Amino acid sequence: MTMTPLVARPARVRRRVPQRHVPVLATLALLLVMYGVGVSQYTAFSNIQVVFNIFIDNGFLLVVAVGMTFVILTGGIDLSVGSVVAMTAMVSASLLRSGLHPSLVLVIALLIGPTLGFAMGCVIHFFDIQPFIVTLAGMFFARGMCTWISAASVPITDGFWTTMAQHRIRIGENFVSISVLIALVVVVVAAFVLAYTRLGRNVYAIGGNPQSALLMGLPVARTRIAVYTVSGLCSAIGGIMLSFYTLSGAPLIAVGMELDVIAAVVIGGTLLTGGSGYVFGTVLGVLVLGVIQTLITFDGTLNSWWTKIVIGALLFAFILLQRLVGLRAK
Amino acid sequence: MSQRHPVLTMTAISKLFPGVRALDGVDFRLFPGEVHALMGENGAGKSTLIKVLTGVYGTDSGTITLDGRKVDFTGPMQATSAGVSTVYQEVNLLPNLSVAENVFIGREPLRFGTVDWPTMRRGAADLLARFDLHLDVTELLGTYSLAVQQMVAIARAVDVRARVLILDEPTSSLDADEVAQLLRIMRQLRDEGIAILFVTHFLDQVYSVADRITVLRNGRLVGEWPTGELPQLALVEKMIGKELDALESIDAAAGRDPDRVAAGAPLVAADGLGRSGSVAPFSLTIHAGEVVGLAGLLGSGRTEVARLFFGADRADSGTLTVDGRPTAIRNPVAAIDRDIAFCSENRRTEGLVGELTVRENILLAMQAARGWLRPVPRRRQDELVKRWVEALSIRPADPELPVRNLSGGNQQKVLLARWLITEPRLLILDEPTRGIDIGAKTEIQRLVVELADGGMAVLFISAELEEVLRLSHRVVVMRDRQMVARLTNDETLDAGQVMAVIAGGDHQEATT
Amino acid sequence: MTTVRTRLGAATAHRLFWPLVVLALLIAANTVHRPGFLAVELKNGHLYGSLVDIVRLSAPLILVALGMSLVIATGGIDLSVGSVAAVSGAVACLHISNQPDQNGIGGVLTALLLAFGVALLLGVWNGALVAVVGIQPIIATLILMVAGRGLAQLVTEGQIITINSEPYRTIGVGHLLTLPFAIVVALAVTLVVAVLTRRTALGMIIEAVGGNAEASRLAGIRSRRITVLVYVISAACAAVAGFMMTANVSSADGNAVGLWVELDAILAVVIGGTALAGGRFYLGGTIVGALLIQTLTTSVYAMSIDPQTALLFKAVVVIAVCLIQAPAFRARLRRRKAPPPPPPSTVETPKEQVPA
Repeated sequence: MTMTPLVARPARVRRRVPQRHVPVLATLALLLVMYGVGVSQYTAFSNIQVVFNIFIDNGFLLVVAVGMTFVILTGGIDLSVGSVVAMTAMVSASLLRSGLHPSLVLVIALLIGPTLGFAMGCVIHFFDIQPFIVTLAGMFFARGMCTWISAASVPITDGFWTTMAQHRIRIGENFVSISVLIALVVVVVAAFVLAYTRLGRNVYAIGGNPQSALLMGLPVARTRIAVYTVSGLCSAIGGIMLSFYTLSGAPLIAVGMELDVIAAVVIGGTLLTGGSGYVFGTVLGVLVLGVIQTLITFDGTLNSWWTKIVIGALLFAFILLQRLVGLRAK
Repeated sequence: MSQRHPVLTMTAISKLFPGVRALDGVDFRLFPGEVHALMGENGAGKSTLIKVLTGVYGTDSGTITLDGRKVDFTGPMQATSAGVSTVYQEVNLLPNLSVAENVFIGREPLRFGTVDWPTMRRGAADLLARFDLHLDVTELLGTYSLAVQQMVAIARAVDVRARVLILDEPTSSLDADEVAQLLRIMRQLRDEGIAILFVTHFLDQVYSVADRITVLRNGRLVGEWPTGELPQLALVEKMIGKELDALESIDAAAGRDPDRVAAGAPLVAADGLGRSGSVAPFSLTIHAGEVVGLAGLLGSGRTEVARLFFGADRADSGTLTVDGRPTAIRNPVAAIDRDIAFCSENRRTEGLVGELTVRENILLAMQAARGWLRPVPRRRQDELVKRWVEALSIRPADPELPVRNLSGGNQQKVLLARWLITEPRLLILDEPTRGIDIGAKTEIQRLVVELADGGMAVLFISAELEEVLRLSHRVVVMRDRQMVARLTNDETLDAGQVMAVIAGGDHQEATT
Repeated sequence: MTTVRTRLGAATAHRLFWPLVVLALLIAANTVHRPGFLAVELKNGHLYGSLVDIVRLSAPLILVALGMSLVIATGGIDLSVGSVAAVSGAVACLHISNQPDQNGIGGVLTALLLAFGVALLLGVWNGALVAVVGIQPIIATLILMVAGRGLAQLVTEGQIITINSEPYRTIGVGHLLTLPFAIVVALAVTLVVAVLTRRTALGMIIEAVGGNAEASRLAGIRSRRITVLVYVISAACAAVAGFMMTANVSSADGNAVGLWVELDAILAVVIGGTALAGGRFYLGGTIVGALLIQTLTTSVYAMSIDPQTALLFKAVVVIAVCLIQAPAFRARLRRRKAPPPPPPSTVETPKEQVPA
């Protein structure tokens, strides 16, 4: 064998930023710029508590977005998350009101979301119906359940819940809520699952090319059903966190939340077509949304609708960026 | 050789599809430590045979044995786990994952139940090094060239302990160096005792790597030969065959003088037209009333030539002249504006809209040219459709039937009718008679002669030499993505000469 | 639009069979619940009655769903229709509220034209993202779905603009020739869309693009223009629906106008037999779908169930309809029972639950 070995090098020179990291880095840069703007404009912005508050206010959003990241990584979508969050909060509130023990309530509340997710995953996979439609039905179902349980808001007075809501964990001068810790645990577990377990790697594989994944002998059915179950679980956790946050269950809470969640995931650099993205990016995406809200609150002259317009513009910019990166990769 | 036992035997395999006998009593065997080329033209049954072998299709009759044991795979996964791996032309890996993962996914090394990345990377790097492939296995597969992806696919296939490796047209999109590398790996694997089933359109690759050749034609086994005993020309003959059909009458009608036709002003002239990665630059002139036959094996670039003339692909070199004026044909709309029409060989994916009716499919091109604001009046629609349904005897003669319910031959006629009502001056027909019954075939051939007599220029692509020779004034031969010969079809030209050019004989002599 | 299918028991095989059965059952259930349900009477030269109300209330949905049918026929989807309705309603109301005489016909007409123009621009934006930039329709229109709500609130400055304009109110609650004006508008738009698609070659070309994009390209269809056009038509329909919704209440609330209408519209299109994958579209089916959804909602209202709970029934209908249409589901059923059965009985579940 005297043949010269074929020197195979990636088409792009290394040392430059790997293409798959471009969207996440863009998000990070955007976040830093926005934070910088905030700090330079408003003196109170530099207070670390501002950052902590963003986490406190958006903890449940973060958890739900992590679940959505799993689904979007497989190339699917889950429109039911907002309704499942509301349904979980509703169920918890009404069960607590009926005098059930809090621990039992937690277990039941945590089971409803994954069960619905599992069912939706089965329909999507076995009957080959678009995720969009199936999860739309799930969204209707969960929202309908909310008002079926109670048309009015149900307050929570349970001791465990109020403790979870009011307990502050001191970090130096500042504090975070218990929800923030829960959110961080969820993020770490999710990141670990995606990077270090077969389930996680199969999620990426299916998003890359489901046919290939099937031909390579990967458990496509199990994985696809699993991601919707995970998303349901994350929505359930998010719902409980929301009930900690608001100390009530309201039938019309978290309406349209799925859009914020999808926006956060996309701005976090996860490809909507699947196969590429990180939980870390999703964290950044949620933070971007949080900082936008905070900036608009600080400004005082800007109105809340600017949030939606800016999110729309960011969505556009990041989808365009993804498209360009995708084109160049080819 | 006869002492050895074949690792794989397929005996009397038959497979029926509605209306087509895709495989008819085919035998095939594969010995360990050999490269066995499976050859045949479109519709010969190669891909059906592979799909039957890997369990994508079930068989209607016949048996498959692996290591002497009868097997009946229910799908590619089961075949893989039994030691029969397939690498396809379009790499079936995951471009969004790293090279290392593509080698190991589904069987990643685990430590405490979690993926052991360092071991996986080392394993992948070691495995690829065996093939003299030194690359950064942490990089995404999609950033590497198709050739490297192909080889990673082979490495994965071999590493799952394959004893039979099926390579389905792995070289179609590779350049010369990459092909050499791939062939070297194939030899290496053969020497390690793996049995390789190799499907390719490139004859030189067959002769450089294959030990034995099996030829299929029209779903039947033509034969099996050691490569040394089957000269290139003989192979092409076996593949193309000689189909004698009811065409004698057409021959008589063709009282045509190629020189007289070619003396007129050229209608379309390509000068150095080409597209990198698709077809090498070529020059070709087509005159009004002339039938130019485009011969060559599957994958030789004949379809690509047609697509450049029609603007289905964009040329990146050379010029095209229509009516003596240089013209850039960037898209089909531009081609249709200049009265060029193209019937694709893939009727289902590139020709017809299956859900629409026969009437709508026939009117589609005319309507597109008029724009949607000027619909063809219903009465004129019915008139046109009725005329062409009758003229081409499209069956069933119900214009309101969805076109997907028609047979292949009738679908082809619908596609032809679509373009004929636009009254094109150049009609490009890519394999118009493939996969259709003999009656419809004769009708289409007769139609081509009539159209040319009426002054239409026709570019006629077909794998069947007899057909090409019968209809064409001139024959152009493609081989390995190049136009290698332009032959005038006079009394002296016969199928043997053309076949010699296709097979890669001394084409200097043939170009005269 | 009539399909003459003789195989498989003609009636049950028709794509509108099950939707019509459910519609009939709903009406029957309502009649049992409230005997006066079917009554239609003429008062002061105006038609009144529950059935008339249902049709009137479904008018905006019909409009949006008509545009959606064309988008879906090309293999796309338009999530932004609700936002577009909100924006155009807001623009129209804002313009009218700035008029010295809110009852002036001229002012109202310019308001409508202005708002309609804005909607067309939004349609072009959607179409350009899909056809020129090449973004998947569901994602491309998601952008405007999110940002459009913000735009609508920007126009109204976060307030609910209340107007007092009789001509504008007519669009929602007025009457013309005994019929509610909204029904007249819906009929007119239906007619326009039907003529536009079926009297020209547009319908066929849309179906060709949705049925086989590559074959259409090779047949010389300029599919980009067609794609942009359907998104523009969809936005235009949404705009008219937006006028109707805001006129109904004589006010524009950027947050609430057209909320979730995109989901109902998609549902109506799918119930009507148009496949989400694109290809053949059926305007008549879409209208039946829209009427079915509105009847369901109205029934739930009439039976004094919380309107939000109506979503439960909607969920059941969505799943039932999609399952019936899913080839995989039909194949499974067929495998289980030897003779090819009629589509499953799941679709009847809502009827059994409604009286409960």
